[in-house]
Amino acid sequence: MANIWTLVEHRDGAVDSISWETLAMARKLADKSGGSVTAVVLGDGVGELAQTAFHYGADSALLVDDPALKDYRLETYGAALAELAAARTPDILLMGASDKGREISPFVAAKLGVGLASDALDMDLDGDSLLVTRPVLVGNLIAKITFSDAKPQMASLRRRVFPALEPDTARSGNVETVSVTLPETKTAVTGFEVAEGEVSLNDASIIVSGGRGVGGPEGFPTVKALADVLGGALGASRAAVDAGWIPYSHQVGQTGKTVQPDLYIACGISGAIQHLAGMKTSKVIVAINKDPEAPIFKYAKYGIVGDLFKYVPALTEAFKKELGK
Amino acid sequence: MKAIVLMKQTPDTAQLSASMDGLKLMAEGGPRIVNPWDEYAIETGLTLAEDHGGEAVLLTMGKPESTEAIKTGLAMGCKGATLLTDDAFENSDSLATARILTAAIQQQGDYDIILAGKSAIDGDTAQTAVQVAALLGIPYLGYVAKIEAIDFDAKTITVVRAIDSGRETVTSSLPAVVSVLKEIGEPRYPSFMGIRKAAKAKIPEMGLADLGLSADEVGAAGSNVQWPEVTLPPAQETQLELIEGEPEEAAKVLVQKLLAEKVI
Repeated sequence: MANIWTLVEHRDGAVDSISWETLAMARKLADKSGGSVTAVVLGDGVGELAQTAFHYGADSALLVDDPALKDYRLETYGAALAELAAARTPDILLMGASDKGREISPFVAAKLGVGLASDALDMDLDGDSLLVTRPVLVGNLIAKITFSDAKPQMASLRRRVFPALEPDTARSGNVETVSVTLPETKTAVTGFEVAEGEVSLNDASIIVSGGRGVGGPEGFPTVKALADVLGGALGASRAAVDAGWIPYSHQVGQTGKTVQPDLYIACGISGAIQHLAGMKTSKVIVAINKDPEAPIFKYAKYGIVGDLFKYVPALTEAFKKELGK
Repeated sequence: MKAIVLMKQTPDTAQLSASMDGLKLMAEGGPRIVNPWDEYAIETGLTLAEDHGGEAVLLTMGKPESTEAIKTGLAMGCKGATLLTDDAFENSDSLATARILTAAIQQQGDYDIILAGKSAIDGDTAQTAVQVAALLGIPYLGYVAKIEAIDFDAKTITVVRAIDSGRETVTSSLPAVVSVLKEIGEPRYPSFMGIRKAAKAKIPEMGLADLGLSADEVGAAGSNVQWPEVTLPPAQETQLELIEGEPEEAAKVLVQKLLAEKVI
């Protein structure tokens, strides 16, 4: 009978999709053990999110609605969650392996003195004890993680490895509103610039990336045009980023982002081991490269050996026609 | 100004090949390296020391052979280093590691900032630096792409955090733990003189007793997670299908294949 908590992560009330994926994972574990799922909602004026959490599979919700939680800050969100968890000791506490989740979870685990497995690919139960499968050595190894009896056992779930449930608007549950003692803050958010007009690599189901073969900054619009027609995100290899052709935020690989889209189209990317580490678990990989010996072809399902500046625009046109754009 | 840079020695994934899989690399591997993400933390510490006076020092927990990576950091320009090493530290999880680092930091006297990389490429947990901040009770600033302003007299720092949803500007008091991204600046190469000096450096070591910790706070005994099974990922059974023909023709074929895959 595992009593499982999941954190509902949001920015100004807009929920990050990873939270519903995590909730679905919690549901799976709770159903296996005859336990229950509690959604934890922290924020300012976010009561409605608790209702939405029921639609996505939660049985009950804990709501902390406090003006001091308007801006996300680790020190306040972390303290609120640590206080709740210390007072009520859930068996398992889950959140998404988002940027926020990957800093809130170790903070809370340190405050509570409990175990944490970050970036889980899968989770299961051994009796009521959590088991986590997670990548190590940038995906070149897979580790099974087991926990001591210290509760809660904590884990964060990688994006896009477990599907969210279809929302069921007939579901409802009990929302318990609680207050917590927040610490004196030492940090303040003074500005925010939304990454506008760009599909985020983290959430993208399609990514089109360019590498050394793109030849220069002037080559990237060709790659981006294909990403745009597919509604996908634009990625890049370290070589292209280090050459200054495209900003670092687009880098996929060991010192960039790790992604797992449904479709990854690699244009002019040879497939260095560090790049492969960031994308090789994509569902379908397409490689377009002049060099038939490029390592990327070992991981690709479909390959075109040829000049990307001929084949990529042809693909863009073909998709435009097919998708009626 | 004193910056403490948390640095770990890791295997070098560039050595992975058909004859060197992940398990072999972890067990034996080739020469170990400074964790790639930590190079940016070292660079940040050195830049702060140049701009504001003072020094950057390294703090590393690991096996005795971690001195190799420490010497690279010294050759880059760090002014000192401490290696935290003890058989009792083996199999520490991130929180036990954070306890060890925190105990060492508390013995270092005054410091202004603690710098860390985003994660270590071997364990990949990205947990330890946050946990050090939590145990010390000082702010943690993660995903830092830029230090916009820093005033060591007023003890304040303003940074830009590159997070999933955009770029956030945050002001904090110092000392703080600051975890940096690649955007912070390309790490410098060790200088020739630096390499010669580092080669001769004697690296002070501290163990369990020196840190005033007890054996049940560290290592496997002090850890709440274990990793009894580490394996290679399942082999990817991808059969490459080459699409041939002129661009227009090949594009049509590929589009149909991808539509049939239901990935669009």
